[in-house]
Amino acid sequence: MLLGVWQLGSALGLLPQDVLPAPSLIVEAGIDLVENGQLADALRVSGIRVVEGLLLGGFFGVVLGTAVGLSRWFEATVDPPMQMIRALPHLGLIPLFILWFGIGELPKVLLVALGVSFPLYLNTFSAVRQVDPKLFETAQVLGFSFWQRFRTIILPSAAPQVLVGVRQSLAIAWLTLIVAEQINADKGIGFLINNARDFLRIDIIIFGLIVYALLGIGTDAIVRALERRALRYRS
Amino acid sequence: MTISAERQTAIAGELRHVDKWYGDHRVLTNVSVRVDRGEIVALIGRSGSGKSTVLRVLAGLSPDHTGERAVSGAPALAFQEPRLFPWRDVRTNVVYGLTRSRLPRSEAQTRADRALADVGLADRAEVWPLTLSGGQAQRVSLARALVAEPELLLLDEPFGALDALTRLSMRGLLLDLWREHGFGVLLVTHDVDEAVALADRVLVLEAGRVVHTRTIDEPRRSPNAERYRAELLDKLGVRI
Repeated sequence: MLLGVWQLGSALGLLPQDVLPAPSLIVEAGIDLVENGQLADALRVSGIRVVEGLLLGGFFGVVLGTAVGLSRWFEATVDPPMQMIRALPHLGLIPLFILWFGIGELPKVLLVALGVSFPLYLNTFSAVRQVDPKLFETAQVLGFSFWQRFRTIILPSAAPQVLVGVRQSLAIAWLTLIVAEQINADKGIGFLINNARDFLRIDIIIFGLIVYALLGIGTDAIVRALERRALRYRS
Repeated sequence: MTISAERQTAIAGELRHVDKWYGDHRVLTNVSVRVDRGEIVALIGRSGSGKSTVLRVLAGLSPDHTGERAVSGAPALAFQEPRLFPWRDVRTNVVYGLTRSRLPRSEAQTRADRALADVGLADRAEVWPLTLSGGQAQRVSLARALVAEPELLLLDEPFGALDALTRLSMRGLLLDLWREHGFGVLLVTHDVDEAVALADRVLVLEAGRVVHTRTIDEPRRSPNAERYRAELLDKLGVRI
């Protein structure tokens, strides 16, 4: 419906094409990018940045969150500095990261990693803290080892909330990537958009934004499917 | 400290002269409890009298006490809530009762299925615990406690959260299993009827001291009483 009105407005000349091109033109721009392979290249580069950043930041977030959730000693030593770093807006660190790590892949991946580690840290911390202590007592009666307690109690009990953290992290990962790629990049979707700006190709810019949105929705859907699986015993 | 081996022959579990403090608060004073194999001992008392603490000390969950504790093997414990792991199916929950036995998986599963059949839930082995009724979940908890064939079964208000009819059928089930396996039972309860109906001996705990011991010499085995009860309960649809 909205698309029809948009297309009609463009055809009647009500929407100036140098401000908002018709949907059909955006689709054509998209088809061009798919056919000449630019989109696939950009997706691969941006995808690798997000995945590496998620794995790195996710690893630290989950490991630290688990340690802090399980041990008062870790809580006292690790949590205060984490809360201080968390107060920094991580996107504001871009100039510093460029000076420290140059303009290659490293600063972008590290920035994504920094952004995603906090939601995962906070959610894992609180998920591990909320595990029912009666289940730990039961495990003690049954004679569970630490590894059995971890696998049988902590992991399944904490999984749903950790996955909420993963969803928040994904949103932050894409946002961080968009900003990082706008400022300095010679590859990736952000570069595609930035490049299109120099050539006044609004159709490509809008197409790039749609790709970002679809990536966000798609990855979120994957995590929601994992959430349903982790909670299937409640059905 | 432990009690010397030759005195343990018939003993499933025993506490002798146990004192227990929580900070400045003395919760148990000179408590001695002995449960033999094939014997059901009930421990009754008001809330806060320390009866759950006695059970926790006997279970080894509360190691900070003075006096002596002796238990034959690893005691099994069932709580008021079934405390099943909701994200594992019923059979796996019962298999966890064999954690200390280190059996191969297939052997453990066979024994778990047998224990589930003992409590009348052979057909529920593969369902999630959250789909069970309260009474069924408590029976799974009992199967998990008994699957390793313990010599001492510790029960902490095990039927307290169940409705009256389910509670009666659980009592019947407990007696059946007890007659079959001959373990010793320490039953913590605040239900006097339950204590009299099940126990050979009832200890009354008050403010952390055993103040009274009653041997039940006309226990559950009185044939007529049980027949009438069974007949009436049968009319109510309760199986015992």
